[in-house]
Amino acid sequence: MDAADRPYDVLVAGGGNAALTAAITAAERGAKVLVAEAAPKAMRGGNSRHTRNLRTAHEAPTDVLTESYLVEEYLDDLIRVTGGKTNEHLARITIEESAQMPAWMHERGVRFQRALGGTLSLGRTNPFFLGGGKALMNAYYRTAERLGVDVIYDAEVTGLEIEDGHFTAARLRHRGFETRIEARAFIAAAGGFQANLDWMEEAWGPGARNFIIRGTPYAKGTVLRLLLDEGFEAVSEADQCHAIALDARGPKFDGGISTRLDAVPFSIVVNREAERFYDEGEDFWPKRYAIWGRLVAKQPDQIAYAIIDAKAEDLFLPPLYPPMRAETIEGLAEALGLDPAKLRATVDAYNAACMADGPFDTTIHDGRATSGLTPDKTNWARPINRPPFIGFPLRPGITFTYLGVKVTEDAAAVIGGKPASNIYAAGEIMAGNVLGQGYLAGIGMTIGSVFGRRAGQGAARHAGN
Amino acid sequence: MLEISGRLPGTIDEARRSMEICNACRYCEGFCPVFPAMELRRAFSDSDLTYLANLCHNCKGCYHACQYAPPHEWGINLPRTFAELRAETYEDHAWPAGFGRVFRRNGFWVSMVTALSLGLVMVLTMALQEEATLYGNHRGPGAFYAVIPYGVMVTLGGLTFGWAAVAMALGAWSFWRAAGGGPVRWAALKAALADAGRTRHLGGGGDGCNDVDEGFTPARRHLHLATMWGFLLCFAATSAATVMDHILGWQAPYSWYSLPVMLGTIGGIGLVAGTAGLFAIKFKTDRAPEATHHWGMDLGLLGLLHFTALTGLALLFFRHTSAMGMLLAIHLGFVLALFVTLPYGKMVHGLYRLLALMRHHNEQP
Ligand SMILES: Cc1cc2nc3c(=O)[nH]c(=O)nc-3n(C[C@H](O)[C@H](O)[C@H](O)COP(=O)(O)OP(=O)(O)OC[C@H]3O[C@@H](n4cnc5c(N)ncnc54)[C@H](O)[C@@H]3O)c2cc1C
Ligand code: SF4
Ligand code: SF4
Repeated sequence: MDAADRPYDVLVAGGGNAALTAAITAAERGAKVLVAEAAPKAMRGGNSRHTRNLRTAHEAPTDVLTESYLVEEYLDDLIRVTGGKTNEHLARITIEESAQMPAWMHERGVRFQRALGGTLSLGRTNPFFLGGGKALMNAYYRTAERLGVDVIYDAEVTGLEIEDGHFTAARLRHRGFETRIEARAFIAAAGGFQANLDWMEEAWGPGARNFIIRGTPYAKGTVLRLLLDEGFEAVSEADQCHAIALDARGPKFDGGISTRLDAVPFSIVVNREAERFYDEGEDFWPKRYAIWGRLVAKQPDQIAYAIIDAKAEDLFLPPLYPPMRAETIEGLAEALGLDPAKLRATVDAYNAACMADGPFDTTIHDGRATSGLTPDKTNWARPINRPPFIGFPLRPGITFTYLGVKVTEDAAAVIGGKPASNIYAAGEIMAGNVLGQGYLAGIGMTIGSVFGRRAGQGAARHAGN
Repeated sequence: MLEISGRLPGTIDEARRSMEICNACRYCEGFCPVFPAMELRRAFSDSDLTYLANLCHNCKGCYHACQYAPPHEWGINLPRTFAELRAETYEDHAWPAGFGRVFRRNGFWVSMVTALSLGLVMVLTMALQEEATLYGNHRGPGAFYAVIPYGVMVTLGGLTFGWAAVAMALGAWSFWRAAGGGPVRWAALKAALADAGRTRHLGGGGDGCNDVDEGFTPARRHLHLATMWGFLLCFAATSAATVMDHILGWQAPYSWYSLPVMLGTIGGIGLVAGTAGLFAIKFKTDRAPEATHHWGMDLGLLGLLHFTALTGLALLFFRHTSAMGMLLAIHLGFVLALFVTLPYGKMVHGLYRLLALMRHHNEQP
């Protein structure tokens, strides 16, 4: 039988970082691989097309990273942000192997950026992709093509034939037609379920309809659901996810990075009732942006407003959408649809509580806190008193969900307490193993890369390559 | 519609919208100088946009890497938007002002001028010269002038080239002021010349441009280098010949080993090969990030350079045969068209790009 007629060794569901890393790895080991990507070609690459970096351990400066970031520090960071909700064994594997990833990626066409003037200053921990995640995905698709991997777009995996934890075939909807594809091993790398608003509503209640989905609309969790229904073990919870606060005026899906808003630490954030609800100055924005999605999601109507005055306008990256402006607090309240008297009262109370003196300094925790408010603002608190007054509406922006399938260190999905013989998972669909809650910038791509490789190795091994 | 008006509505607004989205994203900051320049700004005036558009080298890296490229609802397509805006720049800064309109259907005008000047030179030569002279075998110093008289050549060449030089200088000054150039500093000029001389920003962050698709290749950079240096060598050859002929009084044609012939041969080969290669890339390339309605301008210059060089080389090889007369007439026809269209065709891109680079070096910390 010639290569063209040979059945596939490995079927990969998904078309993002985890899927392509797995496909490339398996193909390099001689496996015949098919990638089924639900999105059309122009929108391929899932959430990965919106990424900009990954987090990697390293012992000494490299051409793309400064200083060092040792495994132990990385692990401490992870344990801290997850509150211990991580499988330490898998976390350690992820972190140790992360050190190999930049070179591995570079050899497969991914390019990293050298100097950097961007927003989050992560030059020590995170190498940045030149051109961002879409450039990375382009490089991976070219490499996969060169290795003879077949890719079909517009191809959603809609059914799995699994017996006693053993995969035999998948059903696909390809450009509207149903097909069935057999393979010796299956890799689930189809992302989270955040774009499935019905499922989000099950987890979050009706407020989920107000969420903005930052990434791909194709991450509907179909494969995750199929595996869980089949009896595969789950990790994390349906309402655990990475969520940030972003400009409420952004697109419902695929708005990516550009609608984020970095004004919070220099603002007061109020809800629909014009009341503050959290310490805006708790920490630097890169350390806090990932909690604000959840905070806003818990507010009535899932909406909030960041309010600053003219002094603060140039302290953060230019926002995409022009803010609402007014010469008075009452005028701004009206523009934002808030009760003017209530907003006035909140701002007055805040201004009166801005007692601390000492220099205002955005580069350190300047300790300029309010006193006597609930909650207090603990840094960068200055009275909001110089017109024009400026406001931005905020909504929760969901990056990705953490509910996933449990895996072994070989990326094999677990069923009945045992690893499945030929079913693997990588990326968001299993990120919950390492990331039970919280977030560490850049670890999503690291988990997908490390487990993508392991899944590719496992699947190729199983297929006898 | 486009064919007739040639100017897109709201190109500058589209450029502004794009830059605002890019400035909130910044993923492409490693590709080229446009992004570091963008990051120095929070808002984009018309003058900023003119400058940024001309700083763009059309490598297309930021199109293929863009998470918001069509079919995304934001439909960001920087290379095309900037190419359209550049064409408007060329129109707006052409001297004299009304002549800028030729940039709207530049391919048409360049072809017309070429046809006219070829026709003019050939008809005049045939009408004014004896058949025997035209198809005769001329050798030795002054052979060319037997076919086209010295006075005619110098007057036509001098007038058209002089006009082009003045028009381009005035255009450059107008552009510099509009793009907010500021004081002209030697250090900035030197740095800009160094960038331009090796077409540094056709490097697309290291591995070249997205010449055809999302893959990176150095081909366009190499071909552009061949074209640019080919042109400059030919220009040097012409200058050397001018000095030797009109000042030193050594009449053309010159031997194979003379300075003008050596420079011209190398330059001519570079031009012929470079322009042919650039043409081939245009033929293969993904058109989505291209301002295809301005291709006439690009192809017009490529064609003109190609045939000027090709006929120049042919003249060199066959100058001792009876074909010399006709070849000389054809070659000079192309040269005339090139001179006439210099300030009114794609050639101005080099000048404005250089000035934009200079402005970039002026403002970059
Ligand atoms: C705006 C944004 C910025 C981000 N920035 C970063 C960053 O800088 N660093 C970082 O580490 N992480 C970042 N993340 C998180 C990051 O995107 C993920 O952690 C990572 O990309 C996940 O990769 P993945 O392959 O698991 O999922 P994805 O890249 O989402 O891929 C899932 C793929 O599966 C396909 N698919 C879904 N269902 C099916 C089906 N049934 N059949 C076939 N195919 C299917 C989808 O079309 C998609 O191609 C960001 C996310 C967003 C939204
Ligand atoms: S071209 Fe696209 S990806 Fe690049 S900076 Fe602009 S918006 Fe971002
Ligand atoms: S096309 Fe190339 S040169 Fe032009 S803006 Fe984009 S990356 Fe820069």
